[in-house]
Amino acid sequence: MPPSASKPSKKRSKPDSATDPVPSASSKKKSSKEMDGTDQLFNKYANTSSGVIDPEGIEKLCSSLKVPHTDIRILMLAWRMKAEKQGYFTKAEWRTALKALKVDTIPKLKKALPELEKEVRKPLNFADFYAYAFKYCLTEEKQKFLDIETICQLLDMVLGSTFRAQVDYFVDYLKVQKDYKVINMDQWMGFYRFCNEISFPDMTNYNLENAWPSILDEFFEWLREKQA
Amino acid sequence: MASRQNPKPMTIDEGSVHIDPAVNKLKRILEGKPEPDFLPGEYIGNYTTIYNMCIQKPPHDQSQELYDKYGGIFEDYAKHTVLPSIMEKHDEYMLRELSRRWDINKIMVRWLSRFFFYLDRYFTVRRSLPSLTEVGMTSFRDHVYNNVHFNVKQVIIALVHKEREGQQIDRALLKNVLDLFVENGMGSIKRYEDDFEDFFLQESASYYSRRSSRWIQEDSCPEYMIKAEESLKKEKERVAHYLHSGTEPKLVDIVQTHLLVLVAKQLLEKENSGCSALLRDDKTDDLSRMYRLYHAIPKGLEPVAAAFRLHVTAEGNALIKQAEDAATSGSVEEQVLVRKIIDLHDKYMAYVMDCFQNDTLFHKALKEAFEIFCNKKVAGSSSAELLATFCDNLFRKAGNDKSNDDSTIESTIDNVVKLLDYISDKDLFVEFYRKKLARRLLFGRFNDDHERSILTKLKGQFGGQFTSKMEGMVTDMQLAKDHQTGFEEHIKNLPKGVDFTVTVLTTGFWPSYKTSDLNLPVEMVNCIESFKAYYAIKTNHKRLMWIYSLGTCNLTGRFDSKPIELIVSTYQAAVLCAFNNTDILTYQELLEQVNLSHEDLVRVLHSLSCAKYKFLNKQPASKTISKTDTFEFNSKFTDKMRRIKVCMRKFKKKKKEKTKLIMIVVKQVPLPPVDDRKKVVEDVDKDRRYAIDASLVRIMKSRKVLPHQQLVSECVEQLSRMFKPDIKMIKKRIEDLITRDYLERDTENPSTFKYVA
Repeated sequence: MPPSASKPSKKRSKPDSATDPVPSASSKKKSSKEMDGTDQLFNKYANTSSGVIDPEGIEKLCSSLKVPHTDIRILMLAWRMKAEKQGYFTKAEWRTALKALKVDTIPKLKKALPELEKEVRKPLNFADFYAYAFKYCLTEEKQKFLDIETICQLLDMVLGSTFRAQVDYFVDYLKVQKDYKVINMDQWMGFYRFCNEISFPDMTNYNLENAWPSILDEFFEWLREKQA
Repeated sequence: MASRQNPKPMTIDEGSVHIDPAVNKLKRILEGKPEPDFLPGEYIGNYTTIYNMCIQKPPHDQSQELYDKYGGIFEDYAKHTVLPSIMEKHDEYMLRELSRRWDINKIMVRWLSRFFFYLDRYFTVRRSLPSLTEVGMTSFRDHVYNNVHFNVKQVIIALVHKEREGQQIDRALLKNVLDLFVENGMGSIKRYEDDFEDFFLQESASYYSRRSSRWIQEDSCPEYMIKAEESLKKEKERVAHYLHSGTEPKLVDIVQTHLLVLVAKQLLEKENSGCSALLRDDKTDDLSRMYRLYHAIPKGLEPVAAAFRLHVTAEGNALIKQAEDAATSGSVEEQVLVRKIIDLHDKYMAYVMDCFQNDTLFHKALKEAFEIFCNKKVAGSSSAELLATFCDNLFRKAGNDKSNDDSTIESTIDNVVKLLDYISDKDLFVEFYRKKLARRLLFGRFNDDHERSILTKLKGQFGGQFTSKMEGMVTDMQLAKDHQTGFEEHIKNLPKGVDFTVTVLTTGFWPSYKTSDLNLPVEMVNCIESFKAYYAIKTNHKRLMWIYSLGTCNLTGRFDSKPIELIVSTYQAAVLCAFNNTDILTYQELLEQVNLSHEDLVRVLHSLSCAKYKFLNKQPASKTISKTDTFEFNSKFTDKMRRIKVCMRKFKKKKKEKTKLIMIVVKQVPLPPVDDRKKVVEDVDKDRRYAIDASLVRIMKSRKVLPHQQLVSECVEQLSRMFKPDIKMIKKRIEDLITRDYLERDTENPSTFKYVA
């Protein structure tokens, strides 16, 4: 989505050439001071030629925030800004997040992270966040699956702190089984429901006749066998 | 006599002077003592006396006193005469006395109530008192019956027991006494029930309980059943003769419970004589009896039907095992097995229809039994495949075997259709059948009537979709004949005497066959072209795809010693004809010229140069074909036969030969059987996945929203006519449809699905 889509008219702050590839990146000046700060912050990390924050920029951001770049909080930030492409933040997305968090400097952003996490972990939001995490990792258009490797990492990141045991066992299973090479959205969401609804590790309330995705049925049977 | 106008009121005592003698006289008469009967005058006199005393003006109205006196007469008589006379007797004598006294009482009531009748006209009615008759009867009940019924009941039960043990008893007496019990209920059956029936039923229950324990140990099942039947008959008779009719259902229930229901398992499972044995040994009478006996009991037939089902299943399983054991080289003798199963079905269906009176419970048991063992695999082959092979053999041999006349074949076909009903993988059967049908139609002799007959019957049973492809195949053959006639007409005028037979198949109906880009010898090309031309005239819009792998050629090989006719496949002919122009060819040259795949070419060359008949000489003369070999026409070849048919086997063989071509005759031809069972199963699995998908989409499209369980069960139901879908497969297909955006999970309720338009 081109960042310049819906910007109000702005004074030109930099007399840049008309050949500027993404004119909005450097040619607009916000009326509010906050926006200004946000933009400046954006520019600090953005790639000047592409006009978006690219993976390199994100890494820089992470080290500024003193957060590992595989940390869930970055993903949460991406969620907040409804970032569309993995590894990239557009200006609009950046603005969305920072405005919502009401921050415009790195220290403020860092301080806002725990708040953000709390927000995300609210049950209503978390389901949305969980779904978002999957979609975020889809790189191609019309792609519907993620490979097992990615899933394992993602599960660990997203559910590792709340459902450690389930994640560990499921990841184990995913690694040894041979039937599935990829996971789709339905299975991904199914696992979340599984963690929430099924008591673990006894799984006494799991019913094979219900509408659980087949992969979970097979996981269940595999685990049962192991426990026997 | 005082006048009516001024009668002197009579007191009760004065009246008694007149009444008492009359009463005594009556008693004497009733007791059978010598006594002259009442004269009419006496009767009138008694009546009048009482009448007069009643109409006396109060306070002289003696009605109450008379009423009391009347009651007193009975009470007195009962206490002092009747009861003692009964009590002093025992057993049957007591019953007789009771019966006698009861009869006496009835008459006494009748007479005395006539004497005292006037009381009933006004007194008892006005005062709402019990009538004279009631008083008389009640008196008996209270003073006699109530005191004797217990002992009487004991006697009766003892007598019944005696009768049950085979002795004769006075049935009429019992009937009288039991009627007495009923009547003493004064309109309600309760006295009979409480004072007699309850005890009687209890006694009967323990009697039959003892009986059944003994019989079940000593007797065989048929013997026991006969005794049970007999007992029921006798008890019903007993009721008819002297028990109250209301006792019958209760008594029958008790007898049935103790003789049949409580011991059902033991009885039916008796070794050597139980249900199983009876079925095995054709004991139709005993089985009919069993049905009759248990049919009368609610739900009584269930254990019998269960025993029946178990037996049939065991028999069926035994046949399967037999076939497995006999299948030595991994191939099952399906002819034998299927015939045996058909015979089994006929045998047990006969039982269901005769002995078991066509009862649906038994039809169901038979069906369930067959469904169990008919779906077992035998030495790796599914029953669907075996049945298809059976049909194949049946139709192949039909022409040759004289003992298989049309009606036998028809009845066998009927049996096959019946058996197919029990097999759940019907679609698998269709696939195997189709492949074999193709072989029969193209390569063997087939009987159009038989083929159509079975298809009609299958269609009738399973629907048009079941048989549409196969019917198409059979029709194709007919059309092909017509085409051929037309073609031959057409080419009459062409030179070179092309002798060419073509069978045109409609692609959708037939199994798929390999095609190849074979380079044909020029003579054959001419044939192909002339047919193409003819066909183009006949039909538009249809493309012909030539399946050379199925063709045959008749070649004449001009060998040095004598010409020999060779019947070979089209591929082989193509290779041999290559040598028409040159004597020696290398493998590579042949490959290029003939344009077969390596695999095919190796096979062909093997059959021509390394097998029994070496039409081609191979350099080097090894047993296998290699890409560096050279081949030469073997003009020295000869054989005592004038005609040789050359088979091409699947494994490699090498032959070398060369033939000079004179005439080509191309016919449809049998390939050696390459029935790839695995492939058929794979194809069917694939079709099933599509069928499941289609069914799921169809259901969701019409229902829009449906919970998981229901979706699965509806899907299973829809597909059950062709096969039994695996639940796991259905689940996977649902997930696949979700991924393909046909369905989605309801966000509120993840076990419900919604149709995505």
